[in-house]
Amino acid sequence: MLKCSLDNVQTLFAEIAKEAKLYLPIDNADGTAVFGEWSRGVAWSNALNTAKSPKDFFFPQTEDLMRFRTEGKKIEVIDVRRESDDFVVFGVRACDVKSFDVLDRVFLSEPCDSFYAEKRAHGIIVSLACTRPAETCFCGIFGIHAAEPAGDVSAWKTEDALYLRANTEKGTALVARLSSVLEECSDDAVNAQKESIAKIMNKLPLKDLSTEAFGGGKTQDLFHSPAWDALSSACLGCGTCTFVCPTCQCYDIKDFNTGNGVIRYRCWDSCMYSEFTKMAHGNNRLTQKERFRQRFMHKLVYYPENNDGLFGCVGCGRCLAKCPISMNIVKVMKQIGGNKGE
Amino acid sequence: MQKITREQLIDQASELLANGTVSTVLGWGAGEFGYDVTPTLFKTAEEMQNGFVFNDFCGANFSKYLVSKTKTLEGKLLVFLKPCDTYSFNQLLTEHRFDREKVYVVGIPCEGMADIAKVKEISGEGISSIASDGDRIVVTTLYADAPVKIDARNVLAERCIHCKSKKHVAYDTLLGEEGDVVASARFDEVTRLESMTPDERFAFWQNELSKCIRCNACRDACPACTCETCVFDNPKSGVENKSPSNSFEEQMFHIIRAFHVAGRCTDCGECARVCPQNIPLHLLNRKFIKDINTFYGEYQAGAEVGSRSPLTDYTTEDLEPSEIFVGRNEHA
Repeated sequence: MLKCSLDNVQTLFAEIAKEAKLYLPIDNADGTAVFGEWSRGVAWSNALNTAKSPKDFFFPQTEDLMRFRTEGKKIEVIDVRRESDDFVVFGVRACDVKSFDVLDRVFLSEPCDSFYAEKRAHGIIVSLACTRPAETCFCGIFGIHAAEPAGDVSAWKTEDALYLRANTEKGTALVARLSSVLEECSDDAVNAQKESIAKIMNKLPLKDLSTEAFGGGKTQDLFHSPAWDALSSACLGCGTCTFVCPTCQCYDIKDFNTGNGVIRYRCWDSCMYSEFTKMAHGNNRLTQKERFRQRFMHKLVYYPENNDGLFGCVGCGRCLAKCPISMNIVKVMKQIGGNKGE
Repeated sequence: MQKITREQLIDQASELLANGTVSTVLGWGAGEFGYDVTPTLFKTAEEMQNGFVFNDFCGANFSKYLVSKTKTLEGKLLVFLKPCDTYSFNQLLTEHRFDREKVYVVGIPCEGMADIAKVKEISGEGISSIASDGDRIVVTTLYADAPVKIDARNVLAERCIHCKSKKHVAYDTLLGEEGDVVASARFDEVTRLESMTPDERFAFWQNELSKCIRCNACRDACPACTCETCVFDNPKSGVENKSPSNSFEEQMFHIIRAFHVAGRCTDCGECARVCPQNIPLHLLNRKFIKDINTFYGEYQAGAEVGSRSPLTDYTTEDLEPSEIFVGRNEHA
């Protein structure tokens, strides 16, 4: 275990930033926190969750894929791919770290998405344990441990110090070059924190939410449930849940006419939108109920079916906090799964 | 903090369900934590007893739901409307968006709704229970030793701090006492923005609008946005986009939307309430409302059914564009 006094944390950041861009949660004036680039004097937010998840680092909301330049009948195809430099994302919570596993299985499976892969290869994740989970947190039900966040380096913050443990080659290389600000220490302080987090996890209101009714092979049981009608009844069809979600990975590919060519780009899309996956024959989900059902079936049934039982939700609670009508995956799991979680 | 109780609302609805006046009730459904209420349809008094709530977090404006819900329901729909919601109700009727005969409005008084984000600023995260006790909201959390007691007036939603009316402009039955249109300071923030230099104002909006994640929650919650298909969702419109290709396009989305609802926006504040990025979108709409008041005389959209907005009406007294630009310079 390595240790850095919190008084020294800005020096630690400066050391990291010497060789790689450093991104960490920063407080916004409006009370939310966002991942932003660190520079000298920028304070590290204490917020539990950033408003938007860190998936943007690997799967940005919009991203150019290629360009075409036309001149008369000549079309030139321009490769816009760029090599990424190393960068460090610091202070990623256990749930968000797990979301990268969910995204990896989509983008790194054959055919591998080279845009995602390039950024993923150069991103170094420093995670952070949660000492004060919110009532909306339910990572535990998906086997995620708020006290044991994964990542290239795991971090724990106590009142006076930051503790670091490298987990991967990338992480080991990172902490190796930070030796001037880090000192070896025992695991005692971190173990004490883990115990206290475990106690809190046991008190969280959603800790007993059951995943038993969900997972691969449950399509027939759940698809025709009469509960979908009432659950989706008030859904506005906005994309808030999908866009704050760390694991939602659907996108659209569009062409932007520049006048003398085309920029082909992709952008996040939402299964909640009426024109989602619209194709020549029209839309394949005509009602909001069908769109709503798709989002939850994807996370709770279809995704685990195709990914060795891994659920497509990490319990970060952002959708619980942000849905304009407070409808969310927890309410769906309780209704559809027939469990009250109590 | 609310003076009217859950039981009064259930009693009223149960009576109307029992005598066949209405077939369904649009109300607030209980959530997991007390503050996360969901608009819910109830068919019976028993369903209401089990799942209906009314508390300081029932802020959602139900008027827009009438457009979709009245199309498919058998019988009449009972809807609970707070004073500000009734303005949206009238405006939708003015625009012939639903059949008035299919709706039964129970007007309910409102003492202002709480903003859970403001509550959490005081109580902290980890809420395990939340309840109203007179003028206070009592919150217990996983981290505080004792319940945190918060003066409800200190955690009012922005739109409730600047409440423009306690008066219902539409109802079939009214519960509690009727209030009045109130003098609010809702244009103060607009005046502050107007007093900025153009560069400062541009920087203010650029900073705010750059936070937009284009989730469309503002549009989808807005009672003035009831187009069958929004131009931004219609691939044939030529301006459809799911995501801005640059920050300029992002600003255009919000500015175009503000123009589209100008003269029809009742200032209900749903846009700012639902924004996951805390963008003060209501200020764009309030600027339009303030300008309309300045150039055409006081006008409140939705105050009555059938009124013509100054922007869609013509009178020989109307200002010429040149006069408006003069006025703009004085007011900008």
